[in-house]
Amino acid sequence: MNKLVKEPSYNLIPERDLGKTPILECRRIGIDFGGLSAVDEFTIAIGRTEICGIIGPNGAGKTTIFNLLTNVYRPTRGSILVNGVDTLGMTTDEVNRRGVARTFQNIRLFKDLTVEENVLIGLHNSMNYSVASSMLRLPKYWKQEKEARERVRELLHIFHMENMTAQQAGSLPYGAQRRLEIVRSLATNPGILLLDEPAAGMNPSETAELMETIRKIRDEFHIAIMLIEHDMKLVMGICEGIAVLNYGRIIAKGTPDEIRNNPVVIEAYLGKEDE
Amino acid sequence: MSVFTTIIKQLINGLQSGSIYALVALGYSMVYGIIMLLNFAHGDVIMVGAYIAWMMMARFAANPIIALIAAVIGCTVLGVLIEKAAYKPLRQSPRISLLITAIGVSYFLENVAQLVFGANAHVIPTFIDDTPIQLGQIAIPTTALITVIVAGISMVALNVLVKKTRMGKAMRAVSEDAGAAQLMGININNTISFTFAVGSALAGIGSVLYCCAYPKATPTMGSMLGLKAFVAAVLGGIGSIPGAMAGGFAIGIAEALVSSAGLSEWKDGVVFAILIVVLLVKPTGLMGRPMTEKV
Repeated sequence: MNKLVKEPSYNLIPERDLGKTPILECRRIGIDFGGLSAVDEFTIAIGRTEICGIIGPNGAGKTTIFNLLTNVYRPTRGSILVNGVDTLGMTTDEVNRRGVARTFQNIRLFKDLTVEENVLIGLHNSMNYSVASSMLRLPKYWKQEKEARERVRELLHIFHMENMTAQQAGSLPYGAQRRLEIVRSLATNPGILLLDEPAAGMNPSETAELMETIRKIRDEFHIAIMLIEHDMKLVMGICEGIAVLNYGRIIAKGTPDEIRNNPVVIEAYLGKEDE
Repeated sequence: MSVFTTIIKQLINGLQSGSIYALVALGYSMVYGIIMLLNFAHGDVIMVGAYIAWMMMARFAANPIIALIAAVIGCTVLGVLIEKAAYKPLRQSPRISLLITAIGVSYFLENVAQLVFGANAHVIPTFIDDTPIQLGQIAIPTTALITVIVAGISMVALNVLVKKTRMGKAMRAVSEDAGAAQLMGININNTISFTFAVGSALAGIGSVLYCCAYPKATPTMGSMLGLKAFVAAVLGGIGSIPGAMAGGFAIGIAEALVSSAGLSEWKDGVVFAILIVVLLVKPTGLMGRPMTEKV
């Protein structure tokens, strides 16, 4: 599975993560929808504590990439390695257990469940008691449920949501729903967190707070974060590496400064001059 | 006074049949909640449960408790098998294919039962000492009391399972957004199988309780019972667990009240009239979620 093929490096892995297996690696992946290639030749490697951004105009295939990384879609070509293991043939939940968690562009919380229950869903795989032990209320059930609930409290505390535990997720204010999605994903104990437009619908001060939160997640959980975002201030502010996507292909890769001054990127966003 | 005692007596009857309907309706509602399938084979699972109870008690002279356990295990296994063999391969198919398959499975089970056990009813020996308990002027039949108690315990256990355990939460998460649940690491196939197992186990309990009241097993006994439980599930709001419980009791009591008015031959008609009225007036039922199409 773990092929030790040396591929030409297209990567921007930060120095501290060099020499370790990348948490996520895409090797020339592509997907066709009815003859139309939505993503093609997508190659990237993400360091274990890297914050990386994917930007690009609408319809460039950014969310498709997230769906490929989580095996919601199967790539037509290429391979995806999570923690050095090829995810070919895995189900979405297996990929999650291997360490990939995500949030959604249009929030997809379990709205009828409480805040605590939403996070407990993320902790589902950290518990393993049986139906019998839950019905007979054996010590294993109590112990694991208690530990899980404590973990929920810790996680919610980090995101200043500990006073919302019993509320229905659907009734939370918008910003809190976004944060809860992140907490729920973190509960699955991922190695990499995929954030799909985390700043969508936020005002500048909320966005600034979100930037702090993302850094805090990386520093406290020691995980990698990959985000899709339109808010350039956020992307340029926190990402170490940025990949620019247009028509399903990477047109540029580099540090925020390199991207900002790249003529190809400027053209993709603003159109060509003199035409 | 005698009118009063009659009504009380009919209410007790209503609670007895209502708790059976509720147990069966739960299976319909839970399965619908998780894969949007009206599992019309569910009633026939009860029929199989009744045959298992009959075999255990009439053939092997087993203790009723052992018969109950055997019926529950048998129904659970059957429910999971049906899901794996008939519904799982159609997970990606249009819902109508699933529905037609469910009807097919229902006919299949009825005909297999007829082939194996014959078309005649098998009488189950009375296994509960039926001296009624006197409360003043009102006599409460022991079977009614046992039925209501057993059904009540089962529903409390189900509630604990759904609200307080990881499996229950996974079920609720999958029924709300299967895709998101899977991305949080929940194994959808296991969760669906588990839902069928729980629904069928409740049907197994229901089958034995049903045999307390009507002690015979026939190949088609499941269809009317299943249909009425389906009406109960729709009345309560299909997909809703408390709704299925409420709907079951409501249907049972409605039937009993119709009977006590001396119109017992109208019983079935009234149940289906309720279905029509619910579908016309409040299609989401008493406690159902409002229908919203996912975009």
